[in-house]
Amino acid sequence: MTAWHAIRTIAKRELVAYFTSPVAYVFLVIFLLLTGFLTFTAGAFFERGEAGLGAFFGWHPWVYLVLVPAIGMRLWAEERRAGTLELLLTLPVAAWQAILGKFLASWAFLGIALALTFPVVITVNVLGAPDNGQILAGYLGSLFLAGAYLAITCMTSAMTRNQVIAFILSVVMCLFLILAGFSPVTDLMARWASPALVDTVAAFSVVTHFDGFQKGVIDSRDLFYFLSVIGFSLFATSVVLRNR
Amino acid sequence: MIRIENLVKTFGAKRAVDGVSFAVERGEVLGFLGPNGAGKSTTMRMITGFFPPSAGRISVGGHDVVDSPLEAKRLIGYLPEAAPSYPDMTVAGFLGFAADMRGLDGAARKQALQRVVDLCFLSSVLYQSIDTLSKGYKHRTCLAQALIHDPEVLVLDEPTDGLDPNQKHEVRNLIRELGRTKAVVFSTHILEEVDAACTRAIIIDRGRIVANGTPAELRALSAHAGAVTLHAAGASAEKLAALGHVEPVNGAFRVTPKDKGAAGQLALAVVELARREGWKLDALHTEEGQLDEVFRSLTLPDTVKK
Repeated sequence: MTAWHAIRTIAKRELVAYFTSPVAYVFLVIFLLLTGFLTFTAGAFFERGEAGLGAFFGWHPWVYLVLVPAIGMRLWAEERRAGTLELLLTLPVAAWQAILGKFLASWAFLGIALALTFPVVITVNVLGAPDNGQILAGYLGSLFLAGAYLAITCMTSAMTRNQVIAFILSVVMCLFLILAGFSPVTDLMARWASPALVDTVAAFSVVTHFDGFQKGVIDSRDLFYFLSVIGFSLFATSVVLRNR
Repeated sequence: MIRIENLVKTFGAKRAVDGVSFAVERGEVLGFLGPNGAGKSTTMRMITGFFPPSAGRISVGGHDVVDSPLEAKRLIGYLPEAAPSYPDMTVAGFLGFAADMRGLDGAARKQALQRVVDLCFLSSVLYQSIDTLSKGYKHRTCLAQALIHDPEVLVLDEPTDGLDPNQKHEVRNLIRELGRTKAVVFSTHILEEVDAACTRAIIIDRGRIVANGTPAELRALSAHAGAVTLHAAGASAEKLAALGHVEPVNGAFRVTPKDKGAAGQLALAVVELARREGWKLDALHTEEGQLDEVFRSLTLPDTVKK
């Protein structure tokens, strides 16, 4: 059996598990309602008078902050609690294959949720003539943003058999990744820290790297940032699982 | 098939498994006995590659479990202690997942599923979600998962735990049957299972092997093994004392031989004595030794110390 076959089998089981429990439907409804509300009401989509989705994507780091850990917290914590971890890790798969399979399944699920926001794209196209390339880049950035949060949640989920602890830990870590580049925080830091330090801290932030995508720029440095957060977190997951 | 040398596992300062060595060949069913916390599950988890040993070597079918884990794991079917499974899956879905993970497909997959469903009597609950099943069915679902790829090595951690007496009987028969062509290790603390299913048994206590042998060999370790109990009117302890150590037991005498090697002749000697002395012989039997007695004498010190 090839590695890819093992990853696919685990991913398939995981993705089906979302849809056989109410989790998937509750998540989808809340995600769509929340992004809709934030975009059109709090984001002042109509009042802006812009043919773009800034009002939509701008909220994603915050919406994902709560919802992505909610989706990812069960990934390993539940396996540990139910004892199925023992079953999974004594099957002929390497730990990294199991980690990647579970991560990809959840990421695909978040991708589905994101794809279901398509009405907002239709709306903006009906009302004006937006730059659809920019919107596509925004979606790509949003997917990577969700992937980064999810990988962090994978790591915290592997640390504990308690889903609540996994949830809280990942929210705190993701919050740090937002705040490091959030303008009220960087402005505050700029009063006493050197600009170089402020930039360095901001470089760790998802907001800084997500901004580029929102402007329609797919910068290899931003891609590299998100891929390295995902890669590092998944590697840390494997270390945690090995030393359980 | 399974070869273990000087296996050690430490958790912090505690040595859960402390220098265990044994081997299991094809056609053998090895019973793994010991009190709770003796290191049975820890040893099994190391054999199946769930966690690595702190020291020592394990090879399964010639593959080192640490160096080539995937090759070793392919040969093993494993039933973990609490028989875990994914509660929101159906039995068919779960077994299908296990089959996929074992690389089965097409007709072979279908056949394997049919085989384990028949073997573990699961056909009536095939499309039920696992969390709605009774404990016995959950247990057998997990057992079926361990058998799906017809493995050469079976590691079963308390396979009869939580089953009713009929199911226990079925599972023991199944283990004995599977043991003809595979190498089987199973743990239990039910001593009668040793006689019912094992070709060999190991008693482990505080991480160390304290006895290793066939069920008959283990019974012979009993203090009373080979003793002759005599019910006879007119029998006297003084006369019997010439044959061995004598003690009264419920109106009868138990004669324990001084030399265990000569146990076979003891019954004859007692009969001869009774005939000479004119005792009215009512009943006479040679004790085989009791496994629970052996078990207690080998593992008791721990409990007493606590």
